[in-house]
Amino acid sequence: MKQKLFSYSQLDTFVHRLSGLTKLVCFILLTTSVMLTYDIRIIVGIMILSLIMMKISRIRFSQIRLMLVYVLIFLVTNFILTFLFSPLYGVEIYGTRHDLFPIFGRYVVTLEQLFYQITKFSKYLSVIPLGMIFIFTTNPSEFASSLNRIGVSYKIGTSLSLTLRYFPDVARDYHTISLAQQARGLEMTSKAKLTKRIRSIAAILIPLIFTTIDRIELISNAMDLRGFGKHRKRTWYAMRPLKKEDYLSMAVCLAVLAITLYVRFVVNKSFFYNPFI
Amino acid sequence: MNDTVIAFHNFGFQYYEQSEPTLYGINLEIHKGEKILIAGPSGSGKSTLGNCLNGLIPNAYRGTITGSLTVGGIDTKNASLFDLSQKVGTVLQDSDGQFIGLSVAEDIAFALENDCIPQEEMKERVRKISQIVDIEHRLENNPHDLSGGQKQRVSLAGVMVGDADILLFDEPLANLDPKTGKVAIELIDEICDSGKTVIIIEHRIEDVLHCPIDRMILINDGRIIADDTPDNVLARNILTEHGIREPLYLTACRYAGIDITADMKPASLNTLDMSRCAEKLLKWHESNPDMAEEPERRPLLEINDITYSYDGKVTVLNHVSANVNEGEMISIVGKNGAGKSTLAHILTGFIVPDSGSVVMNGTDLSKFTVSERAEYIGIVLQNPNQMISQTMIYDEIALGLRIRKIPEPEIEERVMRIMKICGIDEFKKWPIAALSFGQKKRVTIASILVLNPKVLILDEPTAGQDYRHYSEIMEFLRELNEKGQTIILITHDMHLMLEYTGRAIVLCESEKLADQKAYEVLCDPDLSERANLKETSLFELAQKAGIPEPEAFVERFIRYERKVKDNETETVLIQSA
Repeated sequence: MKQKLFSYSQLDTFVHRLSGLTKLVCFILLTTSVMLTYDIRIIVGIMILSLIMMKISRIRFSQIRLMLVYVLIFLVTNFILTFLFSPLYGVEIYGTRHDLFPIFGRYVVTLEQLFYQITKFSKYLSVIPLGMIFIFTTNPSEFASSLNRIGVSYKIGTSLSLTLRYFPDVARDYHTISLAQQARGLEMTSKAKLTKRIRSIAAILIPLIFTTIDRIELISNAMDLRGFGKHRKRTWYAMRPLKKEDYLSMAVCLAVLAITLYVRFVVNKSFFYNPFI
Repeated sequence: MNDTVIAFHNFGFQYYEQSEPTLYGINLEIHKGEKILIAGPSGSGKSTLGNCLNGLIPNAYRGTITGSLTVGGIDTKNASLFDLSQKVGTVLQDSDGQFIGLSVAEDIAFALENDCIPQEEMKERVRKISQIVDIEHRLENNPHDLSGGQKQRVSLAGVMVGDADILLFDEPLANLDPKTGKVAIELIDEICDSGKTVIIIEHRIEDVLHCPIDRMILINDGRIIADDTPDNVLARNILTEHGIREPLYLTACRYAGIDITADMKPASLNTLDMSRCAEKLLKWHESNPDMAEEPERRPLLEINDITYSYDGKVTVLNHVSANVNEGEMISIVGKNGAGKSTLAHILTGFIVPDSGSVVMNGTDLSKFTVSERAEYIGIVLQNPNQMISQTMIYDEIALGLRIRKIPEPEIEERVMRIMKICGIDEFKKWPIAALSFGQKKRVTIASILVLNPKVLILDEPTAGQDYRHYSEIMEFLRELNEKGQTIILITHDMHLMLEYTGRAIVLCESEKLADQKAYEVLCDPDLSERANLKETSLFELAQKAGIPEPEAFVERFIRYERKVKDNETETVLIQSA
């Protein structure tokens, strides 16, 4: 179902038990590590770690299938385009050239290019499970409190978490409106021409925007009346104190970042890991 | 003794975007511990008055204030929303749309979080308040998963936790099924006993008067019309002329020629002096003949053994079968979540049932797409804003035909015909934004009717409407029905079901509980109880008056009222002609 996209599911696993703050910090530390390196050993290491975490947090394939499909389409397109625009970028980076086979003209597949693109591909692929774990295992209101604890204004944190929270409702509105408009004859299938489909989408979006505005007015009044925004700070009912596991997890992630930096500045002395020399 | 907590003095208010004031010269004092009902039709200014109390005016809605209003000793002109929220706790209507927390506990704690209360103290206060409203066993649940009555408890706890001395309820009964509404009113009554000042804004008088009220304030056109005890206000017989429905049992008494005076204590059927009514009621009952036999009708739509579940586990509809006859107007009733809307969505083909079929005139409808099916069964959603996508009325109604590529001259002819039927032909060149809610509703009904569906389904057509708009919409639907349109209404409004639909299908716990005459359903205490309905006060009145067949009394009342309404319309027509 569409409305299950981005929904938090309540389970009792190691990952779920971690505080929202821990998960946010770990997510930031690990993605930073991935961003800071082009060393496939570290990237694959983080990927394996995040896949294990995903297994532990019992995220089902059906929950992420749709997202995964979109991500893969994006990655494959990106893979092909990278090759089309700069087929010899790998050679430039690593300084050697091992030709595998020519395709045509300047398009020659080199070992360097292949290695570079696989590394890049893995970079993206290792970040995605991290994001999914974060979304699926963090209670939206804990998410707000953890953003607040790392210094983001609580107003921004709360509005973000409310957006996540009311997403299923808006999705349900969309579904109802879409069906009611289809009943009036709106064609939403791929059979219809593009211009026609754009017009159909407008016939759904306009009512959706109006009903969503009504919804927002209601909830913002309800929040105002209960004193939201009165002080510069606020406390959190759902905030959990950090436990041993939380410190341990953050320590592990910090270690990963440290290793990454060590490898980048001391071992490789470069952004890239070069196996060709 | 000075225990005045709210004082309006020559108070007036005008929204910036409006050309005339919404409230004029309001003078009103409310004392500590009082329980006040503020009644008035939509657009009378009663909600505006409420918003002045809680500070949404002038903080969220801007405008010009004249005169003065003091709440708990502070002048609201210079008070912030937060100052006032310490004094006045507001429970808005539709608790569903305003839960902020992901769990009950968190939602109750919201006000405390904003007040920077430490977590330990917060937990303690949430625990205490949840015991008072009896929701302490649900603290970990998601508020959206609770029943209607429990949701009310959570909203109430969320407001009470802030320790405000004045509690303001803005239309607490809107969107509640009758029994849940009754529970909500009893809950409010308990709160009142604890010394809080309670203000209820509502137009469903009979339901609010289920528990005693100290004072009733009637507002219309921005002015206070009456400010007195319920007994006195009801005796003055001014509610109907101000667009509010008086309790049904009183209407029945008036029809029977009883002169209602304040000393008869008309505010509740329990206190009403029956010794002065019984005889006349019995006489009236005997002088009204029984109903003529219903005309024989041909079955049009067959709902055969429908079963449906969302996920294969929780059954929403369990082997439901029913018939709808040609030219009938029937209602589908039952508590929130009983499967009413699901059944409607199955009829329109929005969802496919796990088993069973929908057959019209011998044609199985399952072979049609959603869009093809619209020519057999059309649905009008509850909120007109969910359907309107065009700026001009004409284009909105023509949309379905244009998509079907019908030639423009024919479209024009069909749209004009429907606009005439719906009484909106004079608005042909108007933008939709200029219409009132009731008129928008007509536009959405017209936009579906133009496709010529054999059966028209309306989901809660009068939700949130006061008596005047309710009558306007329902009389329109009745006229349509008299022209031969078959209509199914999904509702939990009992008056609607009783007055306008001959037959009611009662759904409960995913099964069909009853399929019988509407007045029979509301005269069956056991059935009403199970379906979260409430038996009508007419039935109780007839019993108290010692009328031997109370069901027949209810039926005769409905028929009599029909005649009165028809006469009124005729008089209006004659006057306007």
